[in-house]
Amino acid sequence: MMNRAIYILPIGKIREEIIEGVKSELVKVFPFPIKILSEIPNPAYAFDATRGQYHSTKILREVANYLPPDGLKILGITDVDLCTPVLTFVFGEAQLGGKACVISLTRLRQEYYALPRKDTLLLNRVVKEAIHELGHTLGLVHCSLRECVMAFAPDVLGIDQKLPQFCSSCRKVLNKMIEIFKGENEMADLG
Amino acid sequence: MSQILIVDDEEIMRQSLTDWLKEDGYEVIAVEDGFKALELVQRENFDVMLVDLKMPKMDGLEVLREVKRLKVDVPVIIITAYATVDTAVAAMKEGAYDYIVKPFHPEELGIIIRKIIEHQNLKKENILLRKELSQRYQFHDIIGKGPGMQKVFELIRTVAPTRSTVLIQGESGTGKELVARAIHSESPRREGPFVALSCATLPETLLEAELFGYEKGAFTGALTAKMGKLEMAAGGTLFLDEVADISLKTQIDLLRFLQEREFRRLGGSETIKIDVRIIAATNRDLKELVEAGKFREDLFYRLNVITINIPPLRERKEDIPLLVQHFLEKFSAAIGKRVDKISPQAMSILMEYDWPGNVRELENAIEHAVVISQEDIVLPEALPATILGKGEKRAPLQKSLRDVEKEHIEKILREVKGNITQAAEILGINRVTLYRKIKEYDIKI
Repeated sequence: MMNRAIYILPIGKIREEIIEGVKSELVKVFPFPIKILSEIPNPAYAFDATRGQYHSTKILREVANYLPPDGLKILGITDVDLCTPVLTFVFGEAQLGGKACVISLTRLRQEYYALPRKDTLLLNRVVKEAIHELGHTLGLVHCSLRECVMAFAPDVLGIDQKLPQFCSSCRKVLNKMIEIFKGENEMADLG
Repeated sequence: MSQILIVDDEEIMRQSLTDWLKEDGYEVIAVEDGFKALELVQRENFDVMLVDLKMPKMDGLEVLREVKRLKVDVPVIIITAYATVDTAVAAMKEGAYDYIVKPFHPEELGIIIRKIIEHQNLKKENILLRKELSQRYQFHDIIGKGPGMQKVFELIRTVAPTRSTVLIQGESGTGKELVARAIHSESPRREGPFVALSCATLPETLLEAELFGYEKGAFTGALTAKMGKLEMAAGGTLFLDEVADISLKTQIDLLRFLQEREFRRLGGSETIKIDVRIIAATNRDLKELVEAGKFREDLFYRLNVITINIPPLRERKEDIPLLVQHFLEKFSAAIGKRVDKISPQAMSILMEYDWPGNVRELENAIEHAVVISQEDIVLPEALPATILGKGEKRAPLQKSLRDVEKEHIEKILREVKGNITQAAEILGINRVTLYRKIKEYDIKI
């Protein structure tokens, strides 16, 4: 049986230890192969000059186009500051129950807040955001439990309060969704 | 799941907001103009509407105005990229729940929406509770949760399936006809007619003609034969209201019918046999009338097979809030004006009043209040003067002269906004005396 994979797509230059670090954590959480795609250029098309930020919804649409045929979900990782037309910034964005999601490292860095660089903390935050946005693509909505990875975090402190895992009720929903996706895989194999 | 309607002409804005809100677990519908939005809000229930201010076909304020005009109960948040004080003020004046400038911090919109949803959910719970209450405490069109009315409901259920004659006793305005109708509706005769006849309003001969009908030429003016109420009620129920007012002669005829279950039309020779259930009602003490020789004892016993006593409203004040709610809903719908709340002060006046006209008087008072009220809430000043007046007159009965004097001085001082000279003038005392009394009664100005 072919098991469809979750792909990681580096957008622009992203340090290897970040990409590999995310991959090794995602493997622990999701029962799908995690594969890494080749880097694509920075998303100049999504740049909003008046805000000096990048439009995440536009990037999200582009990321979805890179999903290989055997892919289940795709996670774009960028180092540009993301926003949407209605929000001043976002750490990431996902297509709820869809194929693609994207996260940004910019506001997850301590340096962004004029604090000393902390690589481990950055990786922790990136991992949580990656799981969170992939959770959305698997149909999960925000959770009211602050510790759950699906909790909405308005700032990095909120992200730091979360654990890189799903609470029991989100896990239940997730398992159901995973079963559905696995069933779809089997159907695809038969087809 | 809470449902949100987004109205924005820009596709990217709709998409962006939709995605964001869906991640928060809301069900979202997004449309590109006000016309579509207005069509939707009339068909479906939304918990919140997010409306962009600048749109080409119909701008956000126009959409808001239309939502209010259509009386759609949905909080509207106006979203704009062009923040000016004027537009913000205009939006709030038109009744927007909030005004938000985009782009906003990710947490900002979430907090506003959560607040609205919580409020909406509370409202829904209240409506549900109200519905549940009324279903539990409403029997046909009669409302009552207190033991007095619960006993009446129980009696109605017990007597309804039988053929027995029922006598309903209760003061004027207590709802005797409603009880009679409830018995009819609960009985196997419910498919048959329910015919009501008020015996108090008709002179003896006319009452007989109304009751038994007449043949052509039975009396001057009887140009054609006419069926009486008894015949009209065949197979159903005849409700004789104010039965104590019928003449002794008609009492004999009615008694004969109750014994024989047959009668003759006035001027007629044919005996008509019919199956009709009689429910009689009176606001007087029939037994006393029997003792006074004004009501036939045999008829009394014929009518009084089962008696239902409806308590006056002053003896079941616990039912007043439910009745008020029921009448507010009834008249809001009938008059086409939403007045669905009552202030605690107004309610306390209603609870204090002794309601000589019973439920009918309360019904009239609420109709008056719904017509008069300027907002969606009944304030004391919207209640009829008779109720406000009697409430004030009644109160001193339980108070000392000293209390009454103190209250009266306080009232006058309030009316003249603390002006001692004016108050003294109205009270007919000099300023020194007034000051002395203020000090004596420890009145705060």
